Amino acid sequence: MSPVIDVHGLNKSYGTKHVVQDLSIQVEAGRICGFLGPNGSGKTTTMRMLCGLLTPDSGSGTCLGLDIIDQANLIKRNTGYMTQKFSLYEDLTIAENLMFAARIHSLNRRPARVDRALERLGLTERRNQLAGSLSGGWKQRLALATATLHEPKLLLLDEPTAGVDPKARRTFWEEIHALAAEGLTVLVSTHYMDEAERCHEIAYIAYGQLMARGSVEEVITASKLVTFNGEGPGIDRLAPEIARQAGVESAVPFGAALHVSGSDRTALEAALRPWQREPFNWREVAPSLEDVFIQLMDGSEDNFR
Amino acid sequence: MSGFSVVRVLAVLIKEFKQITRDRLTYAMILALPIVQLLLFGYAINAEPRHLPTALLVQEDSVFARSITASLANSQFFRIVAQARTPAELDDLLRRGEVQFAITIPGDFSRRVARGDQAQILVEADATDPSATGSAVAALANLPAQALTRDLAGALSLRAQSRPPFEVVVHRRYNPEAITAFNIVPGLLGVILSMTLVMMTSLSVTRETERGTMESLLATPVEPLEVMVGKLAPYVLVGAIQTVVILVLARFLFDVPMVGGWDGLTLGVCLFVIGSLALGFLISTVAASQLQAMQMSFFYILPSILLSGFMFPFRGMPGWAQAIGEVIPVTHFLRIVRGALLKGQGLEDMWRELLALLAFVCVVTAVTLARYRRTLD
Repeated sequence: MSPVIDVHGLNKSYGTKHVVQDLSIQVEAGRICGFLGPNGSGKTTTMRMLCGLLTPDSGSGTCLGLDIIDQANLIKRNTGYMTQKFSLYEDLTIAENLMFAARIHSLNRRPARVDRALERLGLTERRNQLAGSLSGGWKQRLALATATLHEPKLLLLDEPTAGVDPKARRTFWEEIHALAAEGLTVLVSTHYMDEAERCHEIAYIAYGQLMARGSVEEVITASKLVTFNGEGPGIDRLAPEIARQAGVESAVPFGAALHVSGSDRTALEAALRPWQREPFNWREVAPSLEDVFIQLMDGSEDNFR
Repeated sequence: MSGFSVVRVLAVLIKEFKQITRDRLTYAMILALPIVQLLLFGYAINAEPRHLPTALLVQEDSVFARSITASLANSQFFRIVAQARTPAELDDLLRRGEVQFAITIPGDFSRRVARGDQAQILVEADATDPSATGSAVAALANLPAQALTRDLAGALSLRAQSRPPFEVVVHRRYNPEAITAFNIVPGLLGVILSMTLVMMTSLSVTRETERGTMESLLATPVEPLEVMVGKLAPYVLVGAIQTVVILVLARFLFDVPMVGGWDGLTLGVCLFVIGSLALGFLISTVAASQLQAMQMSFFYILPSILLSGFMFPFRGMPGWAQAIGEVIPVTHFLRIVRGALLKGQGLEDMWRELLALLAFVCVVTAVTLARYRRTLD
């Protein structure tokens, strides 16, 4: 079976700013793909191009087997898109928002579908409450329910859990996994590492270019990053000094500990030699996804600034 | 930290000033608005119109008739644009609003002047807008004493000295008592409809863009025309309710006469409401924020009040201002409303104005649909 998302060489510029450069990405059906990258790296622009909200300057490809340029309207029918901003009508009730979505997609059996969605959300009791009065977490769950009411085959989520508390985020992700289990393909952008680890696979984009792709383990392995965890009194304050050493690509305090990473093992070990003494204690650890991303981000900055 | 701190005031003041200079468009309009308006309205508005179009019905060919015609033309208040052949033709010209005055010099005029037998000329003024005719009517007072001085030589000169050789009978048609409200109240229908409808729709669409709901809407299969029709239809009802309320109040509070012309009026209201809504929608496709939409609506509404003939006589404006006025839909709508209610104009009298409104609706709708983006590009 061909991938649900299959695009090649997408480009998009705003004025002189080249927001997305030669981006190619494939996502298989039923997969949850985490879309990561620093702010302004082109994640939102890519998602908008995938669902026909933006026309790419060049490039081609298909979503759900439909051409993203000529058949944007057919893609829209089978895609759910949740924007970064809360995008429901705050002055309509929860049930009215769902009913609006049901009508705009010309769904049949609308009241039944709305009832079922309310039940699934656990909002049946509060159906007549204004959407604007919901808390952040509930708003996002309602937005998700609205975006999936027409049973799309592809779901695009643009930072759906920004500013949402951990418990609500967990519930939100449980719902996403439940949807994926039913065969839905999900592309979800996020800045949270724990969320990235909940994805089947991730795509890392920086400054408009795809930097890494694969499962979390694959991305970490492919980075060839070596990380040492240092412990000892006041070690976190040494971060700026250690970061300046040749061979050290990042030195990040983690509570009382310090993560020092570099891609060249010999150079890194040499750089750390001055601190290989009491009271400090070093051991090699598996790099975290965050270490990898910071390395990728710094590397890509060098290319584009 | 109590009391009044100058530094804290400065903090707010400096921040405010920076924001003012950043939002260029908004604040450019604060500067442009008074300049444009001063130049536009300062030069355009003239509450004492001259050179008003006048039709003549001369039922005798005589020296006296020619002198009166010449004297009228010289007065600067009248501009003779048509010579009617029958009283019916003269009446038509006045009812259709093609002329402001219809002047009849009767067939026995010269004979009566010569005999000193109550010679009269009849001046019928279209008094739907009393302020448009006021000064011209006042100027007519001097006509009898001066128009024929040169002709009444010799034996007839005695006649001229004792008392004026003829009198001017003025009929203020359509609004005999020159009640300003009869003119203003129907006009308000146009002004109120454009104020509420243009502003309401332009704000309602910009609000969706501002709140981000437009992006979600665009991501659904909904078509531009579907959005437009769905968004505007409720306001058609608003417009209909406003129209009924204004007309009922006009009838029962202001005793505005309603002679007829209901078919033309209904058609005119429909076209005008749809056009105003489409214009509001168009503004919202241009405006980036609700504030900008407000300002643009205002930019449309001011000339609609000042250059349309609502506040000041249309014919009092210089040619360039009249040309601007002709482009404003309210101008045509006012002619339809006043023509229907006060003069009982039928479709055959106002088809030109209706056609102008139809053109307005078509152009604005087409531009709006072309401008409405189904993408965010």
